[in-house]
Parts: sequence; C-alpha cells; structure tokens
Amino acid sequence: MNRTALIVCAVLAALIPLVAGDYYINLSSQILIAAVFALSLNLLVGYGGLTSLGHAAYMGVSAYLSGWLFLKFGMGHMLSAPLALLGTTLMAALFGLVALRASGIGFLMITLALGQVLWGLAFRWVTVTNGDNGLSGLTRPMPFGIDLTGALPFYYFTLIISIISIVCIAAFAYSAFGAVLRGTRDQPRRMLALGHNVWMVRYVTFITAGFWSAVSGLLYVYYHKFIHPAALALTNSAEVLLMVIAGGTGTLIGPVVGAAVVVLLKNYVSAYVERWTMLLGFVFLLIVLFMPDGLVPGVKRLWMRFARRRA
Amino acid sequence: MNPGPVMALEVRNLSKSFGGLPATNDVSLAIAAGERRLIIGPNGAGKTTLFNLITGDLRGDKGSIKIFGEEVARLRTDQRAQRGLARTFQIITLFPRDTLAHNVVLAMLGLSPARWDALRPLARRRDLYEKAREVLARVGLEAVAERPLSQISYGEKRRVEIAMALAQNPKLLLLDEPLAGLSHEERQGVQALLAAIPRDITVVMIEHDMDTALSFAEQITLLHYGKVIVEGTRAEVVAHPRTREVYLGA
Amino acid sequence: MFDKPLAFWLIQSLNSLSLGGLLFLLSAGFSLIFGLMRIANLSHGAYFMLGAYIGLSVLRAGYSFGVAMVVAGLAVALMGGLIERFVIRRLAGNPLAQVLATLGIAFIIADGSLLVWTGDPQQLPSPEFLQGVFRLEGVAFPKYRVAVVGVAIVFAIGLWLLLEKTRIGAMIRAGVDDMEMARGVGIPVSALFTMVFCLGSFLAGVGGVLGGPILSVYPGLDTDMLPLALVVVILGGVGSLGGAFVGSFIIGFIYTFGQTLFPDLAYMILFLPMIIVLAIRPRGLFGRIGA
Repeated sequence: MNRTALIVCAVLAALIPLVAGDYYINLSSQILIAAVFALSLNLLVGYGGLTSLGHAAYMGVSAYLSGWLFLKFGMGHMLSAPLALLGTTLMAALFGLVALRASGIGFLMITLALGQVLWGLAFRWVTVTNGDNGLSGLTRPMPFGIDLTGALPFYYFTLIISIISIVCIAAFAYSAFGAVLRGTRDQPRRMLALGHNVWMVRYVTFITAGFWSAVSGLLYVYYHKFIHPAALALTNSAEVLLMVIAGGTGTLIGPVVGAAVVVLLKNYVSAYVERWTMLLGFVFLLIVLFMPDGLVPGVKRLWMRFARRRA
Repeated sequence: MNPGPVMALEVRNLSKSFGGLPATNDVSLAIAAGERRLIIGPNGAGKTTLFNLITGDLRGDKGSIKIFGEEVARLRTDQRAQRGLARTFQIITLFPRDTLAHNVVLAMLGLSPARWDALRPLARRRDLYEKAREVLARVGLEAVAERPLSQISYGEKRRVEIAMALAQNPKLLLLDEPLAGLSHEERQGVQALLAAIPRDITVVMIEHDMDTALSFAEQITLLHYGKVIVEGTRAEVVAHPRTREVYLGA
Repeated sequence: MFDKPLAFWLIQSLNSLSLGGLLFLLSAGFSLIFGLMRIANLSHGAYFMLGAYIGLSVLRAGYSFGVAMVVAGLAVALMGGLIERFVIRRLAGNPLAQVLATLGIAFIIADGSLLVWTGDPQQLPSPEFLQGVFRLEGVAFPKYRVAVVGVAIVFAIGLWLLLEKTRIGAMIRAGVDDMEMARGVGIPVSALFTMVFCLGSFLAGVGGVLGGPILSVYPGLDTDMLPLALVVVILGGVGSLGGAFVGSFIIGFIYTFGQTLFPDLAYMILFLPMIIVLAIRPRGLFGRIGA
C-alpha cells in the first residue's frame, strides 16, 4: 500500500462525517477499531506465518486493565492508557514464551488454550472483573479537554489513532525486520542457515502484535464504555482471524477490507438474522474452501482478467 | 608439543541415531583451512545427516564439533552461521516470490545488525541492494537480479544458492549436492564457480556426480552406513579396495 | 484447606475420576484424529455437545440411556464422516485450512444447537438403576459417577484392543508413526482417515451423553470442553492412547480439586501443567507438526 493510496484513504475517511449521520459514523469508528485489531493479527498470520486463535486476549486484557484502573483507583486516562498497554505487552511477552515453543498447528492450539484461560479468568475472577456483569460506567478520554462523548469527535479521535497505528505497522512491515520476518515465514530452515535467530524474530513479532491489539482494545473500551468477558471469547479471536483471511493476508490493506466486510456484515445481518455465529461459521467455511487467498487478491485477479478482456 | 594449525572443521566421535538406527556412527574427521574436501558414499550413507549435524539442523547424540577451534555442538544453527559457517541445500529452499537481489539481501542481513531495524524501509537501503548485485555478478546472474526467483531456470537457482552462501562471507562452506539435476552445460558453469572460490574459504562438498566432483576435491572422505570407511587424497581413495567394495557391493 | 474430612477427599477423587473418564472419551478421539490426519479438529467440543443434545432428545422420546448413547454416537459419527468426506478431504494438503474449516463447522453446530434446543442448560437424567449412592464406610458415592469411570475404562480397553490387536489398528498405528511409509506400503489412507474421523466423532458423541447427567448440556459446553481436550493432548502426546488416558485423569484431578479449593483461579491452574510440559518437553510433541 503506497503513500498516496494511504493519504487518499485517510482523506476520504476524514470526509465521511460530511455525508453520513451518527449511525454510519459510529459504524465507521467500529470498522477502524476492527482494522487496527486485524492489522495487529496480520503481523503474526500474514507476515509471520503464525496463525493465532487467541488474539482477542490482548485486546480484552487491555480493555479490562483500562476499565479496572478507572473503577478501582479512579485513575485518569493519561495514566491508565500507557499502563494498560504496558501490562498487556508484558502479558504478550510472557505468553509468547509459551506459545512459541511450537509453530504451525501447535502454535495455534497453544494460543487457543491461552486465550481460553484468560476468557475463563474474566468470567470467574468476579472480584476483579465483575464476571458476567462486565465492567460498566467507564468513560472516554478527554484529550486536550475535548469531549469525545459524541459520535463525531470520537470518530476523529479514533481516526487519528488508527492512522498512527497503520503507519507504524506499515513501517514495521516494510522494514528490514519485516523482510526477515517474511523470510522466516517462507523458509525458516534457510533463514537459520543464514544466521537469523528465527525464534527471536517471531518473539518480537508476537509482542508487537500484542501491543497493537492492546491499542485496539483501548479504542474498543472507549467506544463501548463497557467491557465483558465475551470480548475475549474464542468467537472474537475467530472473527479477527476471519477478517485477516477474508481480506487477504499478503497485503496491508487486506485486513482493513476484511475488517470492514465483517463489521458491516455483522451490523446488517444481525438486524435480519438472529444467528450471527452460524453465519460466521458458514462464511469462514466458504472462504476457506473457495477463496483461500482472501478477497483482496481474489478481486485483484478478477479485475486483471476483466482488464485483459477489455484490452 | 606443537599443537599444529587450527583445523577449519574438526569432528570427533560424532554419533546420531534415529530410533535405534545409527545414521552417523562415531565419525571423526579433520579438515584443514583452505582445503577442498569431498564427502562421498552410496545413498543412505549418512552424508546429509553429517552435514545437518555440522550445521546444527540436527543435535548429535554424542561427540564434538569444532569450527576453527571453537566447540559448536551445543549451538543453534544461526549461531554457527554467525561464526562463519554457510551451507547450500540439496533441495532449492529459496524465496520464490522475491527477486534474486532480495534473496541475496536476506542472506546479507543474516550477519548484519540492520536485520533488527523495524522502522526504516528496507527498499531505501540502496547500499544493500548494490552489494547484492555485486554478489550476483560474481556468479554471472547480474542480468536477472531484478527478476522474481520463480522466473529463472533451475540451473540459475543453483547458482543463486551458491551466491547466497558466498554473500555470508563464510570461512567454512558446506555444499550439499550443488550439481544435482543440472545439465552438462550448467554443470560446467557451476564447476567454474566452485573453482573460483578463494582459498580463504574452506569448502566441504557432498556430491554424487563423480567426474565433476573428483576434479574439484583434494581430500576425500568415503562414508558408508554412517561410518568413515576410507579417507585420503583423491588418488588414494580411488585406488583403495574398500572403495570398490562399497560401491560395487561387498 | 487441610482440615477437610476424609469424605471430602474421597468424594472429590471420585469426581476427578469420573471427569477424567469423560475427558478420555473426548480427547482419545481428538488425539487419534490429530495423530493420524494432522488435523486439530476444533469442532470436537461441538461434537461432544451435540452428542449430549441428541441424547437428551432420545431420552425425552422415552428410550433408554443405552439407546441414547448409541444413537447419539452414531449420529455424530455419521455427521463427522460426511464432514470429513466433503469438507476436510477437499482441503487435503493444507492442514491450516482444514483446521479453520473445523472452526467454522464448530460455530455452525453450536449456533444450530442453540436454535434447536434453546439456550437453557439442561441436565440429562441418569438411568434409573444408577441413581442413588453406594455407601462405603459411611461415605456416599454416587452410583452414576462410578459407572462413568467403569464405562470409560471399558472404552479404553476396547480402543487398546482395536489399536494393538486388529489389522485396522495396526494400520492406524502405522499411519500415526509414519504416513509416507504407510502410504508406500499400500495402506488405504483415505478410507482410514474417514474411519478414524468417524471413530473420534463417535467417542465424542457418546462422551457427551455420558457426561450429560454430570455436566449438563448448555450453550458453551463446546468451548468449555475443547480447551480441556487440547490440554490433555498437549500433556499426553499427540496420537497416543495411553497419553490421552493418563492426561485425562491428571486433568480430571487438577480441575476438580482446583474448582473446589481455588474456585476463582481454577481455570488457570488447569493450564499450568500444560505450560510446564511445554517449557520442559515441547519438541517431542510438536516436532512433527511445526514449520
């Protein structure tokens, strides 16, 4: 995704509120939050070749930390945000040590199990997390004294944070480290023979992915002003994986497209269909069976075929 | 007592078994700096296993491996590469989606602190890509440096393998069947490449193609059932009765 | 903690054993499928749950517990066979895609069950002759739980006999050990895959019914059981029946005692052995599967 494309998208995104009402502005905020979440997972899945089914854990823990620090200590966001990010990143550092004892399907199973631990903890550790009731009565930050309660100001706040996140993730992806990471995905044995410490590369990526997931977690809890154990459920980890796979793992824009598709589907479909989870399952199945590369490469191929026929 | 010059590679009593079957059976050998050593043996003799033990892809059950005097048997593969060890693979394990230049850059990054840079775009590092083109020129592939690897011929891919290994500026180079699957012409090209490798690089090669390999090798080690059977100069090994036994069946 | 009477320890031990027995039925199938086909069947928890729901309906229709077990087992086995044949086989050679497909199927089954059987937790009634307790030294041991342990042991022996003493078992063991060799020797791998997948699904379905009187059946049972199966397999080793047996009972004990002694943190204590095993001995477990 080159510089001009990013700027164009950012400008377009900034102009959305001019043509849309509160409902669509809120929807756009949700898409942005999901996009950051999906991009963080894509570092692991797309660039690292490590499929995780426990990524919701980092988003959820970050959200819970933020909420808990506010409810327990009355801590302001200036302090609770970096603390939440730090806490989650440390957790990712710890979990990475366990998860990276394997790769491939072993890694998938371990991340799933770890994610379930945290989900169970969120439910059972009622004294801290308030269990099934979740943490409510949370607030949005007030950067420079600006009130973010309305859909519009919150959208611009989210947009700014999202753009910063996307730029950082893009820098990571296009850097030498990013190239080495992709190398470890394609030929780990060869990379070892070339002198690369494959484990360390994966570990750093794991922690980085956890960090950006934590950022999306903060945006999430600010948007909803509420956090519930369901945010850490396997369904959520599967959803974000679906976003990445649906959009296409090989690109930077793929997960963003995937995030938009899943969020829009969820919003429109749940108005008509009660069984969102079942639909999610079917969509997963269909994409895995028929369009394993994802939508962005699939659409690109169709476009090229169309362009060739015209020429 | 004069300890003598440091051996480039010194293997002592190296053993590795798979489920009771010894693939490498108490192997000892010493390769001097700058030497050209050829490892031969029939299929299943344990040649590639021996290579994998030296590079660290496999952990030996017992024995010592010293590279220029340093014990490396407990080190990871990448740590051994950091100490001047490079290898090529029997099967092409390159990066097909990337250009030749990018493949070589990945090799160069392996030993450079730049590989941890997660901020600046790699594409801006013109210096790395220039060096990569130089390395590719050494193996005669400069013209196709910007082509994706998937678009070049098999023979050219074999040369890229060697280019990647040379890009690591190794002191000890292990070549696993570098001539495998090449046409007669391509073989000549790779042979010339191998002959041109400077003497400050010690080369150990596994090969089946006897004619080509024999012209390259100075010292030969013959393996069979994971054991060293015969060792010596080219002439000695060729003339040795056990060599004939191994290849014609005892 | 140590002031609890002997009865407490004995009863919790029985609970641990019965949970272990259920976990064995759940994870033996998962382990075999993983060991032979290299697929982490993420719908396995859903199969367990579906078995329980089907058993519930069969019992409500007036049939006996035994019939419920058989019908549920066969129904889930049939479904598993169809899924293996029409979804998993299509994705052969791409284990990651296969795993993701099983995830999608898990969601479909879970949500579908919600549709058919509603969201209320329901407890399956245990068979009449097993209701009540055994009294031993004044301690009351529920008959049903003892029976569960017995049934699990019977299945364990049956599976052991299948694997060790029959031709099919030998083929399965060969496939688990070395797939390439097995193919080369002429073992009908496709048919074997379908068979093992059906067998694993059958065990999960039966386990669900068997567990019904103890665990009840509710939406979310699938996501409660799946990680337990994962932990057992990580502990006991992939494709190892003995490992699944031992691992199931270890987890049964840890989970049961953890729940009663440290309810807040029980879930975490469960995964501690997994983490310890991974820290000490990961390669033997995932060396074959990792990239």
